[in-house]
Amino acid sequence: MQAKRVTFPSKITPYLLLLPQVAVTLVFFVWPAGEAIVSSFYAQDAFGLSETFVGLANFAALLRDPAYLQAIGVSFVFAFCVTTLAMGLGLLFATAADAVGKASGVYQVLLVWPYAVAPAVAGILWMFMFDPSVGLVARALRGVGLSWNHFLDGGQALTLVILAAAWKQVSYNFLFFYAGLRAIPLGALEAAALDGAGPWQRFRHIVFPLLAPTSFFLLVVNLTYAFFDAFGIIHATTGGGPGRATTILVYKVFRDGFEGLDLGGSSAQSVMLLLIVIALTAMQFRHIERKVSY
Amino acid sequence: MVGTSRLQLILAHLALIAGVAIMVLPVYVAFVASTHPGADFLAGRVGLVPGPDLVANYRLALGTGSSTAGIPPVAPMLWNSFVVALLIAAGKIAISILSAFAVCYFRFPLRVAAFWLIFITLMLPVEVRILPTFQVVARLDLLNSYAGLTVPLIASATATFLFRQVFMTIPDELTEAALVDGAGPLHFFWFILLPLSRTNIAALFVILFLYGWNQYLWPLLVTTDASYYTVVMGIRRLVGAAAEADPVWHLVMATAILAMLPPVLVIALMQRLFVRGLTETEK
Repeated sequence: MQAKRVTFPSKITPYLLLLPQVAVTLVFFVWPAGEAIVSSFYAQDAFGLSETFVGLANFAALLRDPAYLQAIGVSFVFAFCVTTLAMGLGLLFATAADAVGKASGVYQVLLVWPYAVAPAVAGILWMFMFDPSVGLVARALRGVGLSWNHFLDGGQALTLVILAAAWKQVSYNFLFFYAGLRAIPLGALEAAALDGAGPWQRFRHIVFPLLAPTSFFLLVVNLTYAFFDAFGIIHATTGGGPGRATTILVYKVFRDGFEGLDLGGSSAQSVMLLLIVIALTAMQFRHIERKVSY
Repeated sequence: MVGTSRLQLILAHLALIAGVAIMVLPVYVAFVASTHPGADFLAGRVGLVPGPDLVANYRLALGTGSSTAGIPPVAPMLWNSFVVALLIAAGKIAISILSAFAVCYFRFPLRVAAFWLIFITLMLPVEVRILPTFQVVARLDLLNSYAGLTVPLIASATATFLFRQVFMTIPDELTEAALVDGAGPLHFFWFILLPLSRTNIAALFVILFLYGWNQYLWPLLVTTDASYYTVVMGIRRLVGAAAEADPVWHLVMATAILAMLPPVLVIALMQRLFVRGLTETEK
């Protein structure tokens, strides 16, 4: 990482400037993360009085625990559905907005604002619409013979949180896809049109390849969102249930740590999550590097 | 786009109108619910037509809440959210712009180490280190305080990288002129860098204000005292209360509307800055 060619000669000033950021990072990021890693190798007794080094036993126990394996499964189903739905709709609306020309500014304003809604609030809005006794959608569904009760039916609960999570994320994907579409040179599309390429062929051979970097970036962002930020949606609505039907990994760490008070197990889960974040960040970083080398 | 036929244009408009409808529907339903008296819900009278109790419900939600249903008033929560969002946005910008200044405009032995230390925060979101971070904050006696709600969140790698990018585009001639004139680094920072980064700061502020306002997990962990609840995390208490006591959906939905109104207004009024901030920080 390079500095400016011309720099100031001061010796102490840069350290003072960095001090606040470095202090916050060390105290609230590095220290707790270090503790999580260390305690993931220890087991506590029932009273939390003594600790024994157990090596990888916490991790082994985790990977044998059906509840944890189920949480992995739920997380992946959740992340896959949210990402597919939010990116698909984002691309659809971006393509449509790109096609309508002048009026697209109005649509942009109308489509973008859900980004500002907190995940927890989004979850509560959807939960209300689907509330079995008073919800509008639940009543409509009952009208067509489908009984809806996400307090009892795990599949329905998962569907509900997926819808709420995707709803909130569409606007983000829309914005980036829209910017990506606008950056595609008109000349290339005109030339293809002159050569007789139809809309689908133009999309397949010109638009799609040029959107690939944006799509890859959005894929990583959406997965991160579904794995981590969606905590608010789950916690505020289903509470991980019914049963464990909507318990994603982040929610399980929270519950085992704060309600189960299982320090070693929760720390081992934290470390697993850490690995997921590192993988996602590395993917994102590769993408940034590639963009720089263009 | 090239060669859009009339039919495609109509289809595009239809898709967008459907999109806007999907986006608006949950919020409209919530708004309608927030205007009905509580008794209307179980009677099935709450549909798509607003009721008569708009003013009464919002006054109740903001001012007194409902003591029978265990619902605290929303106005203090909104104030907390506002303070927390403001402190987080200002704090992130302040410490990030200083760090970016340090790594760009000085050469010192630990420069690269500092860069990596800041970078590492990207990999440690609060969700990953929930329990130990809570313990650290508890040990420092920061539970139930504005400091506890904000300081642990204000380290920011993305903001630092953004400011670094901005600084790298500022011509070296300006620094040379400052050096020739005998201006110190802080003078240069205050009178040249800060004014030149004004738009970036504003755009970043919009994004970070939304980020701070919408925090959920962190306030949930560090507040047990209701007087420090933020509205986004406090609303969950209302839902819990609503499930048990008499239906108070009208108050819950009024709170939901109040919780999303400020951030949505920020986006609507500062669309240009918002889009700029979003695309810049995510690069």
